[in-house]
Amino acid sequence: MTYLAITDLQKHYDSYHALRGINLSITEGEFVVFVGPSGCGKSTLLRTIAGLESSTGGSIELDGRDITEVASSKRDLAMVFQSYALYPHMTVADNLSFALRLAKVSDAEIKEKVRSVSASLQLDALLERKPKELSGGQRQRVAIGRAIVRQPKVFLFDEPLSNLDAALRVQMRLELARLHKKLGTTMIYVTHDQVEAMTLADRVVILNAGQIEQVGTPLELYRQPNSRFVAEFIGTPKMNLIAANKIIRQEETLAIELLGQQIHFPANRLKGPLPDSVVVGIRPEHMSLVESGGDLTGRIELVEHLGSEAYAHLQLSSDQTIIIKAPARTELKDGQEVSLKIDISEMILFNKNDRVISVIPEEV
Amino acid sequence: MKRSITRLLMAPSVIMLLVWMIIPLSMTIYFSTIRYNLLYPGQNNFVGLMNFEFFITDPGFIPAVSNTLILLLSVLIITVVLGVMLSALIDKPFFGQGIVRVLLISPFFIMPTVNALIWKNMMMNPVYGIFAWISESLGFEPIDWLSSYPLMSVIIMVSWQWLPFAILVFVTALQSQDTEQKEAAQMDGATGWHIFRYLTIPHLARPIAVVVMIETIFLLAVFAEIFVSTGGGPGYDSTNLAYLIYNQALLQYDVGVASAGGLFAVLLANIVAFFLIRAVGKNLTV
Repeated sequence: MTYLAITDLQKHYDSYHALRGINLSITEGEFVVFVGPSGCGKSTLLRTIAGLESSTGGSIELDGRDITEVASSKRDLAMVFQSYALYPHMTVADNLSFALRLAKVSDAEIKEKVRSVSASLQLDALLERKPKELSGGQRQRVAIGRAIVRQPKVFLFDEPLSNLDAALRVQMRLELARLHKKLGTTMIYVTHDQVEAMTLADRVVILNAGQIEQVGTPLELYRQPNSRFVAEFIGTPKMNLIAANKIIRQEETLAIELLGQQIHFPANRLKGPLPDSVVVGIRPEHMSLVESGGDLTGRIELVEHLGSEAYAHLQLSSDQTIIIKAPARTELKDGQEVSLKIDISEMILFNKNDRVISVIPEEV
Repeated sequence: MKRSITRLLMAPSVIMLLVWMIIPLSMTIYFSTIRYNLLYPGQNNFVGLMNFEFFITDPGFIPAVSNTLILLLSVLIITVVLGVMLSALIDKPFFGQGIVRVLLISPFFIMPTVNALIWKNMMMNPVYGIFAWISESLGFEPIDWLSSYPLMSVIIMVSWQWLPFAILVFVTALQSQDTEQKEAAQMDGATGWHIFRYLTIPHLARPIAVVVMIETIFLLAVFAEIFVSTGGGPGYDSTNLAYLIYNQALLQYDVGVASAGGLFAVLLANIVAFFLIRAVGKNLTV
């Protein structure tokens, strides 16, 4: 059941085409995250939904009502801004109640709503303070409270955590996830941080150059990206990409020649015709070290110990560097020659247009 | 050791400034207590507070004080109110914004004497002034502004001169207003007026305080406009304190009474400053 429907949405600035035909449908109660590199149009898309930017084509429908031309205050949306945008001359209580006071809600009702929101966000003790007397996390909560108090149909978040320090960000991320569980309201969240996208989202929308690159659950995007862009964008450290110039069909398998070694890829997982050359994508955790007879060999350049795990940077024979995940207390040494086994079932093939031409087998 | 060196190095400028202030002030105090009339040289005997008595009982004194205050308050209100409105108006981008801004600010670069001459001869002159022409073409009797409404004429001239200063300060302040706050208010259902009332005006509180303070300093001592246009008249209708002191010292050659008047002006400035700082100063500390 579609709640928010965006159809062929376009946004032109003077000479710049910021949104190139966005089509997206969001169901009620969903937590959708827009993610992409800077300049991809994710903030523009959010601001167009909010009505802060006017679209130059297409339509937006919320709960069966066309809101494309509706003033932003009449759209039943509430937005949390990156800078929080609290009103600096008003107390926390006045900030929370501003929209209600403008809507001429009765005093008793305002009081009750402010009380319940401030209680749920632990703002009770701060109601009489001005924004500048609050910490970053508290300001963030006031900004969220100001959105909640209006009981909107959809919450919009514009990179709300990017002004917080790393520890607080993790904490607020958790609070946001809890809040979404508790309220069950539809939320749209813009971020450039793929970790936030992966952890918060029911569905992630990856944008690139004003277009939707792929929509899916975080795990779908991780395991089965549509394109090289998505594959490289999602996941830290990045997916390793190795070019293979020779590919031969042999009965049930494809023999892919990778830096002088042949690996065998099940032919039934190939979509479309056999290409002349492919790029092989493999994530760091899908390769394992073996004593001998691996698919790849390389020399260890650097080992990064993260405590719970370690990442080893390997120099392959072709001068290319790849990253593999190793156990926390790995014995690997710099300069050591190692042999790698690739987990074929998690391997992805890209054609020369950077589209994915393989499918991942269903999980057993 | 380090401290004494800093003090030593700062001493020349501190002493210089002190001397700069103390010598004129003490000379004024001294002159105000002696008979010092340029028409009767040599008779400089001590007269106590008689000069103050002469100044305060002068028929021009009460009008001068009230004119000074009326001029000050009127110009402050006009420049701040119009300044805020015009700045808000030209804050949004529009075609020709740059030229409009330059034109709005340019009166500030015109010296007060020239300003007064322009208004006196080109705008307010009852025969060939623009106001007279407007009245005549609408079928009214032209008004002789400078003799019929002398104080108001001066207020108009001084406001015209100081409005650009207010606009300059307010436009700069408006540019530092956070756009996300305005957008948030917009989403909260605020109209343009609400945003102006609840966000822009509070945002401008501090610049308004600054404009009021600075203008007060200069407006208490308006002189050139009065000297060039009305000459303080008719009667004492457009005489302010500064002009009355000039009148005493250089038209009646009584330096003693003029010095007493000068000290009174210092007193008045302090009283006004006291109330002003109490009224608007709290905006500056935030």
